Order: sequence, then C-alpha cells, then structure tokens
Amino acid sequence: MSQPEEQHTQHSISYGRYILIWLGLLAFTGITVTLAGIDLGRWVIITSLVIASVKSLLVLNIFMHLKFEDKMFKIFALVAVATLTIFITLTFFDYAFY
Amino acid sequence: MTTAAATHTHRDDVGSRMGMWLFLFTELILFGGLFIVYAVYRFKFPEQFQLAARELDTLVGTVNTIILLTSSLTVAMSITAIQQGKKHLSMMLIGITIIFALAFLVNKYFEWSHKISIGIYPQSPELLNKPPGEILYFGLYYVMTGLHALHVIIGMVVLAFSMVFIATGKINQQSYVKLEAGGLYWHLVDIIWIFLFPLFYLIS
Amino acid sequence: MTTVARTPEPDYLHAQTNRKGIGAWIFSTDHKRIGILYLVSMLVFFIAAVTFGVLMRLEMLTPGKTIMQPQTYNTFFTLHGIMMIFLFIIPGLPAVFGNFLLPLMIGAKDVFFPRLNLFSWWLFITGGLLALVSLFLPGGPADTGWTFYVPYSIRTTTNVIPALMAAFILGFSSILTGLNFITTIHRMRAPGMDWFKMPLFIWSLYSTAWIQILATPIIGITLLLVTIERLFGVGIFDPTLGGDPVLYQHLFWIYSHPAVYIVILPGLGVVSEILPVFARRTIFGYKVIAYSSLSIAFIGSLVWAHHMFTVGMSNTGMFIFSLLTFLVSIPSAIKVFNWIATLYKGSIKIEVPFLFVLAFIFQFSIGGLTGLMLGVLSVNIHVQDTYFVVGHFHYVMFGGTGFGLFAAMHYWFPKIFGRMYKNVPAFVGWLLMTIGLNLLYFPFLIMGYMGMPRRYYDYLPQFQTYHVISTVGSWVLVLGIIIIFVNLILSLKKGAKAPMNPWGGKTLEWTVASPPPVENFHEIPIVEKGPYDYSEYEIKPEIAK
Repeated sequence: MSQPEEQHTQHSISYGRYILIWLGLLAFTGITVTLAGIDLGRWVIITSLVIASVKSLLVLNIFMHLKFEDKMFKIFALVAVATLTIFITLTFFDYAFY
Repeated sequence: MTTAAATHTHRDDVGSRMGMWLFLFTELILFGGLFIVYAVYRFKFPEQFQLAARELDTLVGTVNTIILLTSSLTVAMSITAIQQGKKHLSMMLIGITIIFALAFLVNKYFEWSHKISIGIYPQSPELLNKPPGEILYFGLYYVMTGLHALHVIIGMVVLAFSMVFIATGKINQQSYVKLEAGGLYWHLVDIIWIFLFPLFYLIS
Repeated sequence: MTTVARTPEPDYLHAQTNRKGIGAWIFSTDHKRIGILYLVSMLVFFIAAVTFGVLMRLEMLTPGKTIMQPQTYNTFFTLHGIMMIFLFIIPGLPAVFGNFLLPLMIGAKDVFFPRLNLFSWWLFITGGLLALVSLFLPGGPADTGWTFYVPYSIRTTTNVIPALMAAFILGFSSILTGLNFITTIHRMRAPGMDWFKMPLFIWSLYSTAWIQILATPIIGITLLLVTIERLFGVGIFDPTLGGDPVLYQHLFWIYSHPAVYIVILPGLGVVSEILPVFARRTIFGYKVIAYSSLSIAFIGSLVWAHHMFTVGMSNTGMFIFSLLTFLVSIPSAIKVFNWIATLYKGSIKIEVPFLFVLAFIFQFSIGGLTGLMLGVLSVNIHVQDTYFVVGHFHYVMFGGTGFGLFAAMHYWFPKIFGRMYKNVPAFVGWLLMTIGLNLLYFPFLIMGYMGMPRRYYDYLPQFQTYHVISTVGSWVLVLGIIIIFVNLILSLKKGAKAPMNPWGGKTLEWTVASPPPVENFHEIPIVEKGPYDYSEYEIKPEIAK
C-alpha cells in the first residue's frame, strides 16, 4: 500500500519562506492592533476585517498550500466563501432595511 | 482497514486532501452561522457592543494571536521536515505546536476565570443588569471562543496522533497525507481565530 | 483476495467476510452493504413515522377528541416531522440509492472514503436511536414541531435537548456522506466518463452533496445554540435577554429550505434515470437537465426567508425573497418539460417503476404550482400556516420524492437483490398509493385555502367533510404501501432470478451481475458512450423517408 507515488504533485516549501510569511502575519497583527488604538470610527471594523482577510489569504495560500493545489480546490474555496457571504448579505436584506 | 485497502488498489493523495478541504468548509460555515448572529446583533446594538468589548484585555488577545500564528508556522514546517525525511525534526515541530496550543488554552482559562470572578457569566445578576446588547455580546463571546477552544483541543488530539504515526512510521517521507490533513485542520483553527480576534478584542 | 478466484465470484450478499452474522453487515465498509443498512434502518423509521401520521389523521376524523389528548397530538406531529424529515426523506435517496449506485454508475469499486461511509451510517443510527430514546425519557417527548422555533423550544419542559442532539448528529452524518460523494465523483470516475457522460442521477447527487456540505453546518450551529441556551441560559435568541427569535428562524431556514432540495434533487435524478429507459429514447436536453440540478441547488439556497413572510420582515427582504422564489421554479420547470419531451415519439413500455415516475411528475407539478402560489406575497399571507402549506409540502415531499423512492425501489430492486418482484401486486400497490395520496392531500389544499390552520387539534364543523375524505385517503395510501412492501419482501426469497439487465438500461450498473460482485467491476470499464444512448431504437430520418 505504501508504494511511492509515481507523480508527486505536492509542493515542498522552504523553512525560510514559511518564516517570511510568519513575520508578515505578525506585522499585520501589529498593524491591526495599532489601528484599533486610534479612533477611526466606522472604519475600525472595515480595516480590521480587511487585514484579517489578508492574513487568512496568506495562511490559506502558503501554510495550507492552496496556491499549489489543483485549480478545483481554489474553486471550492471560492464557492464556500461566496456561500457564506451570500447568507450574510441576504439576511441583511431583512435587518438593514427594517 | 484491510477491507478498505483491498478495494483501494491505488493511493490518491489529492483526493484525500480534497475530502479534508471539504470538511474544512463545513467547519467554516459552522462558525459562519455564529458570524451571522454576531453581525446581526452588532448591527442592532453597535454602541453596546463597543462598551462591552472594553471588558476584554487586548493584550491577552494579542498574545494568543501570536501564539496561534506561531503554532501554524511550526506545523507547516513539520510537513517540510517530513518531506525531507527528517523524522525527528518533524516530530519536534509538532510537539512545539502542541505546547503552543496548551499555552493558548491556559491563557484562555485565565481570561475566562477573570470574567467569571468579576461576575460576567451567563445568568449572573451582574450581567442581567446590563443592557441587551452587552448580554448578547458576552453570550456570543462565551459561545464563540468556547467553540473555538473546543476546536483547539480536537486539533491537539489530531496532532498528537500524527506524532505517534510518525514515530511508528505510518506517516513517512513517501506518505504523509495524514499529517497534511492534521495540519490543514490546525490552520483552519488559526484562521477562525484571525477573525474572532478583531471582532471581539479590537472594537472598543 | 483481489486477484484470486476469478470465475465463480460470489456476489456482495453472499461474500465471505471476516465477521459472521450481523457483524458482517454493521461493520462492513462495502458501499453496497452500507446502502442496504440505510435501506433497512430508514424503512423502520418510515413505518414508525407513517404510523404517527395515520393516527393523526384518525384523530382529525371528527372535531374535538377522537382518539388522543391534545398533548399527544402535539407530540405526534413533532415526531412525525422529525422522523420523516431527518430520518427518512433526507437520507432516503442519497444514502440508500446514492451509496449503492454511485460507485456502480461511475465505474468505481467503492466510494473514496469507505470507512468514513460506515461511520456516517453509525452516526445516522445513533441519531435515530437518540430521537427514539427521547420519547421515553422523563419530561416527555418534544412538542415543538420539527422546526424547534424559539422561544417556545427554550421554555418547554419536554425533552427538547435529546431531539436537538439527534438532529445535530444526523446532520453530521449527512455532511460526511456529502463530502464522501463529492470526492468520489471528482476522483473516481472510470476512464472516459467525463462530466457530461455521467448519469443524471449522479449529477443530482453531486448537487445535493454540495447543499449537504454548505448548508447543514448552519443548522448544526443553530441547534447547538438552542441547546447551549437551554443548558446555561446564555443570551442568544431569548427575547428576554435581548435576543431576536426571528434570527433563529433565518438560521433555521438557511438550512431547512435547501434541505427541501436535498430531498427533491435526487428524486428528480431518479426520474431522469428511469424515464429514458422505459421510453427507449435518448433523454431530451441532457446538459440542460444537468445544469438545472446545479442551479436548483444554487438558487434554492437563496430563498429561505419565504417561510417567514408573516414574521415582520422588512419589505425589501420580502420583495427580494419572493423574487428569488419565483426564479427557482425555472430550472424545475425545465426538467419537467424535458421529461415530457423525452416521452415524445418514444417506444414506451409500461412497467411499475415507470408508473411511479409518471405519478411523480403529476404530483410534483401540483406541488410546484402550489409553491408558486405560496411565493406570491399577498397569497402567502392569506394561506400562511394553513393546511394549504401542508398540502403543498406533502405533494412535493411524498408525491414527489416519496414516489421517486418507490420508483427507485422497483427499478433497482432486481439489481440490488438479484430477484424480480411480482408485477400485479406492485401495480395494485402503485394504483392505491396514487389514489390514496391525492385523496389525502388534495383536500388539504382546499381546506387550507378556506382557512383551516395547521397543527390545530380541533376544527370547525364546516371542515369535516374534507377531513373525512382525507382520512379515508390515508387508509387507501397505507393499504397501497403495505401491499408494496409485502410484495417486495416476499420476492426477496421467492422472486424469479433477475437477469443482468432486466429493463434495458444503458448505465454502468446494468453491465455487472445482479446482485453485483463484491468488487463491482473485475476491470474498470472504459466509457465511450453517453448514459442514455438509445439511438438504435430511434427511426433514422433517411430510413423514414
């Protein structure tokens, strides 16, 4: 059963690249905490969500190797995120126009 | 196992990872339901949510964020290590990940017990006196961080099994898809926290 | 085990296994055996739920008390709903026939994750047993209706938590089946079977599996929240703590409306499978039917709030959800038109599966058209929470998918068990079921339109004629079901041996023995033709001249 796979599609990523991404993630954490300290009013939620999304994209693409996976995996991920977005948006057609 | 092996004549790592990713999407949507609840209540009670968020310590949240991000790094590196055949390095990196997970939970424990000691817990007289938005904020705080902590515990168990499998050789340089699956799960726990952190700690 | 003993290979029902007796079944990872496990367990729950239904109908025979107390009646409609929906109709087609047929139809030896598949069944049976146990625990069975609406589900003293946990576990089982199917369809199709050579039943399973994966977690977390709220008094939905009960309804229907499509899509797939075989006609508009499955799954996920037009939503919300509701009828209608077009100039052979399919199309059309009426905002407010809704729902669920399930049972019975059933009793059963179903549910539509509210224990005397007709209908329906089951069960032992391909089907499951061997295919087949190639029966234009 544990015959070596003929075609190894899996990508190997160097330690250095991982550490670089990790440093980036820490930097973004610093930025988002600093921004929260400044009174940005309504923009707080938007900036912090944008930064959180960027951080997740880094984790997804590099740590989770999504970037190097089959195209189908990326479509799946898009479908899942789109579904959640649609659920939230449609719910707000009730609450936001009340 | 033997019957399954008999029907599976060839190995398909891409398929195994596909199954794992699909499972992660269900986890994402599971938390997504909570995010919908959060979004609606925050929309209804924006000021009370801001007020309630002052009770949380941003420093504790930041430290936990750093802990989880670093644990994600170590688990990702453990896959590179096993790909290079460095069995012990890989096990050590997973061990570090589990220690980080423990540190996260200890931190969380102190945070929760502090909240409880100042009288903020479900049905406490202190909390029931607060306006509805704050009650809902803390309800969501306990449920969302609690469910997340549960996932951290499950992730620890999964990673501990991966470590045992590396030791016994079930996970090796040629076949490490089980470790990849465990790692994927751990990264998802991290991603959920990446969103929980600003939504609860950074809105005051 | 894999290469030896080529010639006299035993079929999956008689194969030698490590375990003996029932252990050879409940621990088997063979998708065919798991399919049978689901079939048996599902039918047990079905019979229980039918019994509750018939007793409820009997209670409604006369106004006031007929045979039971009001609280018993509340319990009965709750259990009837929970069991029929979570234990029978949602797992019905995908888990039973999907499990059995998916690998056979795409030319694979099993599903991608066989052990996970077995685990799903164990979850299913755990959830089912938990639901049953909750009946007998102190506190009494749940009386919330299958919808568990807050705040009543937080306040009632009955055993809501076991019922909630049962639904949660069943949801988990459904998710795992879904991800197993998607991975199987993506990774294990036989060489040559590209996406548009897949049988349409597989397309419908694929669409269903996506809903299972993307919508079920929402109900999971929602039921979990109600449980947490009951256990710890955490403020989430409880209005006294500032919560919003309407938000619960949103979350509940985000799953439960798409769940209707989890139910109906495989039913539509069965029709697309059976119709061309008995019409001896290449299916009309293959690609459009395949795409319509996907678009039903997609649009069906966007329409949930049409269950909530009277809860006080914003007007914008009502408008949007009403519009989206109408959109979902387009792909459904496309399917119906394509089926009718397939019959045109076909060489139709009347067999029992085909009759069930015809009844399906008729009843599904009634269900669909009354669905359009319900989508109209003004009409909806008039008939909300009346028997009209219940009638519409049962026309789609039972008249549609229920009949699809019986069609599938009669169509694949020879393949699954290797025996033929007797035609005459099957035909009588079909006739009684069709008459009974329409007698039972058509009066619902009339009564509902006149204002008879659902779930009421008592009613005004002017509704009695309709209630009597409906109750008689339930007896006819049950008689039909009994005849069908007796016929099929007797045929298990006494039926004539089934040939490999009794109906002349063109899909891959008909190219292996009946019942199929353990490994399905000795050699993975290479697919060259589409699944419904009946061109040899069709008169070529140049010959016709």
